[in-house]
Amino acid sequence: MPENLFKVNIEEYMLPGQRACQGCGLSLAYRYVLKALRENTILTFPACCLTVLHGLYPTTSVTIPALNCTFASTAASASGLVAGLNALNRTDITVVAIAGDGGTFDMGIQALSGAAERGTDFIYICYDNEGYMNTGTQRSSATPMGALTSTTPVLTKQQPKKDMLRIMEAHDLPYLATTSSAYPIDLYDKFVKAKRIKGARYMQIAVPCPPGWGYAPKDTVRIGRLAVETGIVALFEIEDGKFRFTGRSKTLAEKGNKLPVINYVERQGRFRKMSIEQLRQLQRWVDMRWNEYLKRAEG
Amino acid sequence: MATPAIGEAGKTGDWRDMRPVCDHSKCIPSIKNKAACFLCWLYCPEGVIKATIPLEIDLEYCKGCGICAEECPGKAITMVNEGEKNG
Amino acid sequence: MAEVQIMTGNQAAALGAKLSHVQVVAAYPITPQTSVTEMLSQSIEGGELKAEYIRVESEHSALAVCISASTVGARVFTSTSSQGLLYMHEQIHWAAGSRLPIVMCCINRGVGAPWTIFNDQQDSIAQRDTGWIQIYCRDNQEIIDSIIQAYRIAESVYVPVMICYDGFVMSHTMMPVEIPDAEAVSDFLPPYKPHTVLSPEAPMNINPVLFPWRRANSEGVLCDGYMEMRYKLQKALDESRDVIISTSRQFAGAFGRDHGGMLWQYRADDAEIILVGMGSVASEATTAADMLRQEGIKAGVVGIRVFRPFPKEDVRAAFRKAKAICIFEKGISYGYEGALCSEIKAAFYGTDIRLPIHNYICGLGGRDVKARELAEAVRSSRDAIAAGDAEPMPKWLNCFTE
Repeated sequence: MPENLFKVNIEEYMLPGQRACQGCGLSLAYRYVLKALRENTILTFPACCLTVLHGLYPTTSVTIPALNCTFASTAASASGLVAGLNALNRTDITVVAIAGDGGTFDMGIQALSGAAERGTDFIYICYDNEGYMNTGTQRSSATPMGALTSTTPVLTKQQPKKDMLRIMEAHDLPYLATTSSAYPIDLYDKFVKAKRIKGARYMQIAVPCPPGWGYAPKDTVRIGRLAVETGIVALFEIEDGKFRFTGRSKTLAEKGNKLPVINYVERQGRFRKMSIEQLRQLQRWVDMRWNEYLKRAEG
Repeated sequence: MATPAIGEAGKTGDWRDMRPVCDHSKCIPSIKNKAACFLCWLYCPEGVIKATIPLEIDLEYCKGCGICAEECPGKAITMVNEGEKNG
Repeated sequence: MAEVQIMTGNQAAALGAKLSHVQVVAAYPITPQTSVTEMLSQSIEGGELKAEYIRVESEHSALAVCISASTVGARVFTSTSSQGLLYMHEQIHWAAGSRLPIVMCCINRGVGAPWTIFNDQQDSIAQRDTGWIQIYCRDNQEIIDSIIQAYRIAESVYVPVMICYDGFVMSHTMMPVEIPDAEAVSDFLPPYKPHTVLSPEAPMNINPVLFPWRRANSEGVLCDGYMEMRYKLQKALDESRDVIISTSRQFAGAFGRDHGGMLWQYRADDAEIILVGMGSVASEATTAADMLRQEGIKAGVVGIRVFRPFPKEDVRAAFRKAKAICIFEKGISYGYEGALCSEIKAAFYGTDIRLPIHNYICGLGGRDVKARELAEAVRSSRDAIAAGDAEPMPKWLNCFTE
């Protein structure tokens, strides 16, 4: 067992034979999320891909206690777990809310903002596969501009991706981090760190989705890597207001050789109707944000 | 309520149309005879690869996604059509 | 010596929650409930009540917080009205399906559109299909007593309980209330044991997807499908009637006050015409009954205290000898008639109870309902029945209906 090799907890909390798709980016990321969080955790999540991964009654695929909740209420459900456990003096348990982009950027935003503003002592994880994937790839506010979805099937999504990271940053959190399915060790390290911090912690995971994005399951890690290589996904953490690149993004920031976004876009079926103007806009947006991050990293 | 068990979705190995086959003569840990690489173990979304020497893949539950074959730096793993013989 | 204070309905509710040693409170302000949440914040921040207070950002979240806190084993409380109750509706179903002993006060207020901030019972009546026990209080004493009883009922049958009382009419009106002794309340309420323990030692997934059919677990044992789980909720509600009645009796034994179990009666034994209602309108009806008796009309009142589970047996027994019924309701099931009226009529199905039943919709959006108006309605019903008139459509009391 390569415990020393990757320096991760070798325990597996996700049992084989679970219901996620072949090559699921969430499945890959979740293995490491759970390794970092360990047993003394209670999870809460809404109806989404994760619900299916956790399995249908009477069996579950995950060996960590979990509470299902309604779609809008993930962060409120977590707030109640924290309150109840505090009232019962069970202070050794980490409460973790986890929802997709639909349950975070869209319907779940109110409860999340409330829980974050109250300084609730929990970890909120958004796994961002850029659409309502569990129900068949409908568009969410996290869907990038130019993407085809089942509710933007002809014209593609017209609006740019909602900048949820900036919205969460505005809540003055002790810790905020971006992670990716393609970089499991970077992800693991950040979750281990997050577990030790008190207060509301927001973790976003960039999760590629084979059926939703239109690529072969074998390419999940490759697509995830390209997102980082092109700067579309920046790996960073903000701890007590201090911005810091991590992992591959740190190297890219130092070397200054990120790839043009076309390398990422051309490999996915969902972008086949993207216009030249939309592509230019995406490149402009990525460059602008990357430069902002560079300035913050220096300062 | 729901209690943990392997195979919640049944024998997910049945989902495959291609299965991973490892040529241990190209597998870096096997060559070096020590813990090394094991990127296949790292990137498996199912956690069905055992990082042992030689490598073991649980074919009862492997969904055949092909990520291990794609990511193997030694090109030791190839995806073979189910119904055909290995390699 | 028992302590009696004059207090509003909202004060009584806050005090009831405090005496019950609730451990987690999550509530959102809405007229006319707001002072309940304010008083509980005061109690908690002031150190009188050791509890977590979560100042949620919506009513939907308020009940979501209660659900997960109750799941891990904390005794919880929330309260709301009208639009807030409606906003929570999804969670109200969820709480009952989760079989959690949540106690919530609904301070009855009419629903929009158009806006009203004043009292009627449309808000809680619209929740009758969700699987909660519903108790309607007729005075402030009953509020504090019913909240205490509610925790005992809820925690033994694992069904959430909604304590309803009329907004402004009771929430903001002062009445004398005898405060139950704190130690006696603690004795009356055993500690809450959650039905499922969420712990790392025995990890479980609570409230996952259930299929339409029963499915075997990993040991081959056939487990419930969705329909079995839902049947169990219904069964629990059926069985809760006995628990509600025995709790009411035990409370009477411990504290000296009996609010009547499923329903209460006033001068109904020899009554020919019976007024029926829930909450303060039923209380007002007792004055109307006295007025009618003075004129020689044998009037009586049956106040429905528990609307869910519907007290079918008790209703059949209460009206066995009546000659006519006038049901006064602060709500209507639009497209048909008052919900209470429909359910009382349905309770008589299959029996030989056949009598005129007149439905009056009254007090919507806080329109005042006076005892003399109730008495006048009864007189006109009586005359109509004597004249052999056909049963009328629901009449809207004191409302311009041209």
